[in-house]
Amino acid sequence: MSVVAPLLIARRRYRLDLSLGTWALAAAILLVMVVVPLAWIFVASVHADQDNRLTLANYAEAFTNPIYLQPVRNSLILAALVVVIAVPFGTALAWAVSRTDMPGRNLIRMLVFAAFVTPSFLGATAWIFLAAPNSGWLNRGWVALTGAPRGPLNIYSLIGAVCVIAMYSFPYTFAFVSNALEFVPSDMERSAALLGANWLKTTWRITLPLVRPAIIAGALLSFLEAIAEFGTPAFLLIPARQHVITTQLYLFFQYPNRPNLAAAYAIPLLLVTAGLFFIQQHLLRRRRFTTVTGKGGVRQPFLLGRWRWPIFALCMVPPLFSLVLPYAALLATSLSRAWGRGPVPGNLTFTWYRWALVENQGARHAITHSLTYAAVAATIATILAVFTAYTVSRRLLPGARILGYLAMAPFVVPGIVLAIGLFSAYARPPFVLYGTAWMLIVAFATRFLPIAFSGSESALRSIDHELENAARTLGSGPLLTFRRITLPLLRRSILANWIIVFIPSLRELSSAVFLFTPATAVITNVIFDLSDEGNFEPLSALGIIMMALTFCLVAVAYRLFGGAVFAQRQRA
Amino acid sequence: MAQIRLVRLEKRYGTTQALCGITLAVSDGDLLALLGPSGCGKTTTLQILAGFLVPDGGEVWAGDRLISSPQGVVPPERRQMSLVFQSYALWPHMTIFQNVAFGLEMRRLSRDEIARQVKRILGVVNLSGYEHRYAHELSGGQQQRVALARALVVQPHTLLLDEPLSNLDANLREQMRFEIRRIHQETGITTVYVTHDQAEAMVIADHVAVMNGGHIEQVGTPEEIYERPQSRFVASFIGQANCLAGRMVEPGLVRCGELEIRAIDQSQFHPGDEVVLCIRPHALRVHGATSPHAAGTNTAIGRLMQSAYLGDLQDLRIMLPGNLQIRALTTSRQRYRPNDQLLVELPVEACRLVRG
Repeated sequence: MSVVAPLLIARRRYRLDLSLGTWALAAAILLVMVVVPLAWIFVASVHADQDNRLTLANYAEAFTNPIYLQPVRNSLILAALVVVIAVPFGTALAWAVSRTDMPGRNLIRMLVFAAFVTPSFLGATAWIFLAAPNSGWLNRGWVALTGAPRGPLNIYSLIGAVCVIAMYSFPYTFAFVSNALEFVPSDMERSAALLGANWLKTTWRITLPLVRPAIIAGALLSFLEAIAEFGTPAFLLIPARQHVITTQLYLFFQYPNRPNLAAAYAIPLLLVTAGLFFIQQHLLRRRRFTTVTGKGGVRQPFLLGRWRWPIFALCMVPPLFSLVLPYAALLATSLSRAWGRGPVPGNLTFTWYRWALVENQGARHAITHSLTYAAVAATIATILAVFTAYTVSRRLLPGARILGYLAMAPFVVPGIVLAIGLFSAYARPPFVLYGTAWMLIVAFATRFLPIAFSGSESALRSIDHELENAARTLGSGPLLTFRRITLPLLRRSILANWIIVFIPSLRELSSAVFLFTPATAVITNVIFDLSDEGNFEPLSALGIIMMALTFCLVAVAYRLFGGAVFAQRQRA
Repeated sequence: MAQIRLVRLEKRYGTTQALCGITLAVSDGDLLALLGPSGCGKTTTLQILAGFLVPDGGEVWAGDRLISSPQGVVPPERRQMSLVFQSYALWPHMTIFQNVAFGLEMRRLSRDEIARQVKRILGVVNLSGYEHRYAHELSGGQQQRVALARALVVQPHTLLLDEPLSNLDANLREQMRFEIRRIHQETGITTVYVTHDQAEAMVIADHVAVMNGGHIEQVGTPEEIYERPQSRFVASFIGQANCLAGRMVEPGLVRCGELEIRAIDQSQFHPGDEVVLCIRPHALRVHGATSPHAAGTNTAIGRLMQSAYLGDLQDLRIMLPGNLQIRALTTSRQRYRPNDQLLVELPVEACRLVRG
């Protein structure tokens, strides 16, 4: 009989076990945050706009009136065409970067990532400078060169919007496919080569079929994002009077205000995006080889020989259209007195940066708002994500798996639809958030919660349960174990999650457009209004400032965590 | 310090029954090995013992305290049990000192006391001077000893070990077996040791509980388990055994194929019962058919099918009349060739009968 052991027990004070309450609180917050706005969309959709009667008339009107059906058709065409352009580019670039000895592979990787970080509405603005029907620089260049009466390009068109969205959408396919290619062992390709296939045939018959699930997953994600995209259609298609679902939703909130009709109109969109997401997840899960651990054998790149430089040139085409030309155009415009005069001496000025950073109170406030809202939203999302992911992965509550689905749900909700739900939920008692900063913060935190959640979940998956169980057997309760063991092990992942939620929050447009008030405007609101007014020079300056802030953060994240952090974001 | 009793313990995962009513007692200060193939339920048993799983039926008692039942479990942190994990589960963000000190901190000991105890236990496991290293800077064997130190320093009533040596190379494993045995003798802590390695169980344990398919097949000292297996499974899992199916003719006499064999029968089978006759390969005696050894009780002429030369031993596969294949390990003094006729003797005292 040991004398010491009973003594140890006696000295120990048992704390009340608060753990269950903690997990339950996190679950409750999540429930309110995600379920309430979504439920409100359904509630609103079955109530009449005029007298708030219970009715199905909204659905009937939304899906019989030809005025409202045309945007649905346009949205489907737009998204399909985006896939047709983005997927081949994404796949080709992924193959060239991860399977060949093409020069500048890291450069291409970085450029693809830069395109990924750039919001497409900023690209759309830049392409207005480049390809507006008469005034666009490319068109004017064409006229000057050929003497034709007018240039060939018109960015204010469905095809214009398709091209712009596709140029910022190909990184999805790129990310999935290059990740999958990492796990295709060279042996498989060598076998084909030994049987007499040249590299083109080998790629076509062996390599690409092996990564087909990744290609399809990328295509579905591109489709999903394109159909949910608001910024680019708003900038390019509203002037062209060619509406898509998201811009039509926006119109429902202009005079005459029809929020309940908008809700009914949004629900099929929601079902489509949710359906696509589940198909995509299913695909990724079924073909596990895209995410197996460890690399598949030794990999030898294809030697392209004299094709090295031509293929590199080909790979520079998407970055040229998504980065080089747009950023050049934005920069030039932001430094011009009037963009229409082009980059000529006497047109150069720093006025717009002064305007944004010093003189204009609205712009200055917007920058401060963007930074603080994004920071608070990132903090909320990260904390909630850690607690939820922990509850889910350790099955701490009954029905924990449902919590996981809830935390991922905002991912399938287009920003504009989420905004409609949040507006319905929080513009009335008991929680009147509309008009306050919290409205936007809650919107950003909810919208990007899935990113933080999937990040936390995969980080938790890599922490062996035994590490926690060891602490338990040594006398530490569940909460203390979480604090002393789990949280310290998650530290890096938490910081990474914070940054990858902050970045999209900073540039979020689609939900902000609905939820801001003049007192709470963020950078994207100001950009949207400036675009509406045609004030492109200050818009460009503000856009450049926003992207400078973004790229600073990206650089910090890269320094701290390397590129792997962003792979999560793309897969989220 | 603690006597552990498991009473009719049951656990289901979905439709599979992981534990089908385990009853087992570990007396105070005993080192019991739970031995069985993977999937036999030994790890589940350990998880229930530690308080991580709630049983679907049955009870766990520590002394006179009920600590697990389907109605509820005392949480792991209040059981005074330490667990050494297969993966060691050393916390990568803490130094060796912090790892070992954690349990003492939980018990709110003073800093000086903690420092003293950690120093003492690291001495016991021969790791003095490693306090400020991190786990990844240590070898597998050293990590193993840190895990042991961390479990022992809190002076638990019960020590649980979950395949603690399975990640070590063969030499180190043998060394650690004796190390664990030594530490157990010094501390006298009631210990439950889970393993699938029968040699490990034999070396380390006072008692061995052989598990299979959610049942306990047999509990006993290593000698009992080896010398007097009570089931076909135990006989073949602990060491090698020839298991011949047969039917009782009369008490002590069994018919296997065309042979009638005398055997030791402790279970009092009745004539007509289906039984299995177990005999270890090295207990068989083999002679050339032309040798002067006369055919007597429990002998048969067989044909050599295959032989393998193992140095001082040879491994023979012999076909006995009635299509009975049997394996024998004999000295290599006289070599036989395939198709030789051999006289095989099954000594009565080496033939044991178990349930069929």
